[in-house]
Amino acid sequence: MSRIIKFLYWLRDWVGARFPLMQLWNDHLGKYYAPKNFNFWYLFGALALFVLVIQIITGIWLTMNYKPAAELAFASVEYIMRDVEWGWWIRYMHSTGASAFFIIIYLHMYRAMLYGSYKKPRELLWIIGMLIYFTLMGEAFFGYLLPWGQMSYWGAQVIISLFGALPVIGDDLALWIRGDFVVSDVTLNRFFSLHVIALPLALCGLVGAHLIALHEVGSNNPDGIEIKDYTGADGLPLDGIPFHPYYTVKDIVGVVVFLIIFCMVVFFTPEAGGYFLEHNNFIPADPLKTPEHIAPVWYFTPFYAILRAVPNQFAGVVAMGAATVLFCFLPWLDRSPVKSIRYRGWKYKTALALFTISFIALGWLGLQAATPTYTWMARFFALIYFLFFLAMPFYTSSDNDKPVPDRLT
Amino acid sequence: MRRLTYFIMLFSVTNMCWSAGGDGRMMHVDVDLSDKKSLQRGARTFVNYCLSCHSAAFMRYNRLGKDLNISEDVLKKNLMFGTDKTGDTMTVALNRQEAEKYFGVAPPDLSVTARSRGADWLYTFFMTFYRDPSRLTGVNNRAFKDVAMPHVLWELQGWQEPVYKEVINRHGNITRVIDYLEVVAEPVDKPTPYQDEDYERTVRDLVNFMVYLGEPVKLERKTIGAWVIAYLLVLLILVYLLKREYWRDVH
Amino acid sequence: MSNDGVNTKRRRFLTTTASVVGGAGALATAVPFVTTLTPSAKAKAIGAPVEVDIGDLQPGDRKIVKWRGKPVWILRRSDESVAGLDKLDEVVRDPDSNAGQQPVYARNEYRSQKAEYLIVLGICTHLGCSPLYVKENEGESYQLGDDWQGGFFCPCHGSRFDLAGRVFKGVPAPSNLIVPPHQYLSDTRVLIGDDSGTVRA
Repeated sequence: MSRIIKFLYWLRDWVGARFPLMQLWNDHLGKYYAPKNFNFWYLFGALALFVLVIQIITGIWLTMNYKPAAELAFASVEYIMRDVEWGWWIRYMHSTGASAFFIIIYLHMYRAMLYGSYKKPRELLWIIGMLIYFTLMGEAFFGYLLPWGQMSYWGAQVIISLFGALPVIGDDLALWIRGDFVVSDVTLNRFFSLHVIALPLALCGLVGAHLIALHEVGSNNPDGIEIKDYTGADGLPLDGIPFHPYYTVKDIVGVVVFLIIFCMVVFFTPEAGGYFLEHNNFIPADPLKTPEHIAPVWYFTPFYAILRAVPNQFAGVVAMGAATVLFCFLPWLDRSPVKSIRYRGWKYKTALALFTISFIALGWLGLQAATPTYTWMARFFALIYFLFFLAMPFYTSSDNDKPVPDRLT
Repeated sequence: MRRLTYFIMLFSVTNMCWSAGGDGRMMHVDVDLSDKKSLQRGARTFVNYCLSCHSAAFMRYNRLGKDLNISEDVLKKNLMFGTDKTGDTMTVALNRQEAEKYFGVAPPDLSVTARSRGADWLYTFFMTFYRDPSRLTGVNNRAFKDVAMPHVLWELQGWQEPVYKEVINRHGNITRVIDYLEVVAEPVDKPTPYQDEDYERTVRDLVNFMVYLGEPVKLERKTIGAWVIAYLLVLLILVYLLKREYWRDVH
Repeated sequence: MSNDGVNTKRRRFLTTTASVVGGAGALATAVPFVTTLTPSAKAKAIGAPVEVDIGDLQPGDRKIVKWRGKPVWILRRSDESVAGLDKLDEVVRDPDSNAGQQPVYARNEYRSQKAEYLIVLGICTHLGCSPLYVKENEGESYQLGDDWQGGFFCPCHGSRFDLAGRVFKGVPAPSNLIVPPHQYLSDTRVLIGDDSGTVRA
């Protein structure tokens, strides 16, 4: 036994002399000091990474049996569901993972808004995070075409048509994205390539950059206080604890809780009532017949509701785009000297509460039929949504923020 | 540009509800995938009545035999008509183009129909064929208006005729709508003694089978799921104790 | 933070237990991922046993059928060919079929259940080419010598087999041609790939 341990030490040193193994370990885990007061909201970063790994592994396995051709795609998915040993499990993990990814990312982003994590010096960290979010939207959109069901097909048709709304270049752009006059085999094939190679590569690169940027500036915390400002005699933050083992053991608890919820969906209700796997997507794509009842997958519905709320086509597309891009400007729109919601005044608290309600309401409305009443509701909530961002410089600079303590509470 | 407006309009009149094309009144059915006898009866109805026009091209006979406890001999004798290889899928001899000529549409593959329509819709569909002389097939359906399919199960159900009632619509006009369906001709192929519930049971078994057909692994995945969750709960206790132990250091 | 009063024993115990239980879970998760790479129901259906009608096969004729994507040869040997097999015992590598290249019921002088029919996989045991069937009188064209009694010649690397699928000495192929599992359903019908009805002893 001691020989094996001796050998392992030797191996570590041998590698260490040629590759900064221990340095990487220390920089990112062993001696990365994180604030000691992380709460529930700080689990979602680790969970997002965990789900990314699930998606990549199950994706590799699905690719082994999936066929990216219009004639074969639908049948190959059912082949995975029936003929391939455990294929159903791998597919359900992937389909549930997609929705789980968005739930986690939305909560992760919301955490940043609660505790001002996007504020100086973490602006770039936030921008990289937004790029991850945009890449993820593309990844989800491309992936959704692959089962080649009715929802896949018509969803892709509609979203590509959004680009057609751009002035002058619109129609040519939509044609170029499809590579055909309709969504077809050609489109499916290129979406497959983007979904399994291009975007996952970009995603991994961006996640790496996100982590490097985070560990450069250090983690924010629920108090929004910089722990680096108060260091002990050893130069280490007084309110910090090493990420490993303290946050690794804590995040593992989070991962297990997540897995329990995740497996409940995967094993007991993988369709999640038609929200994760839509009923109409069990009908093969038919370019001649749009399903009577369709709506986008839930994670796009807030933006979809905004699109529908605007009576002008081009303005609708712009509004929808703006609704996602505006997040990028939060570090500069927010003029408050205070980061955390704990020390903010009533104005920001009210604004965030209204924004939260609007986002959820818009998400719900995006799933409903657009009756006149619902359209007016969507307009109302869209207005609040945009006001949250556009009025932010005014209400944050005049808010009655509370004094922030020096040390973590 | 115009296409987008069209799609948005199209999306606008839609919702998540998926009871396609009927008058909206759905009957409810309880299916039980663990009831192998029911599934076996359903399989027989399916093979005898559906499989002559519809395929279930993703389902293999040997899987059916294994999941439903049907021996290979019985499988070959009672359920397999188009092929003698148990590894084959449930395809159909009917030519698609021919079928399109007869019915206007090719009969869709039924492998995953239960997943797109749902059990209640299927049950309503099989229960609510009624005579309609304006249709080429002589029948219409309350779950699927102007369906191209004839009432294949009429020998088992008999014929139903609609009974109308008058209602006042939104514009204040009186219109006639179907109130309920009434059996006007008894089934020809009926067991003795015959009871009204016999057809209901046949349909319930058939729907049960189609739900199984939509996702053969459904029952098994729930069993596996229970074990996985049980394991994770044990692991949760352990990792929580571990976390609490380490966090004693942090004050 | 402080490390005073840490119960090292309890900490080590919990770490070990959680690692072992968690590791077991990870290992169990790996099982489906490995299993999923095994042949699917479709592959199994395609690789299902093949029933062949051999009623129309004349002496000296060969039938090739596909089983699991590989060629299976069914050769009807004339009485003279069967009788001639003895003479080759000296020049073939494994005359008594000692190597496990056949089911027990084909481990005999003819390497078959019935002396008349040879059933082998038409895949050279050297590197997987499919040898040619060279009849008794065709030996010259492949320079197989005057005393060629008929057999199989692999064009890839020159391996030779006799009419019982036995490999000759001095050629690259290491062993006799493989006899697939099979059974006779009747005198004229044979099932390739399934010998569940055959007496194995």
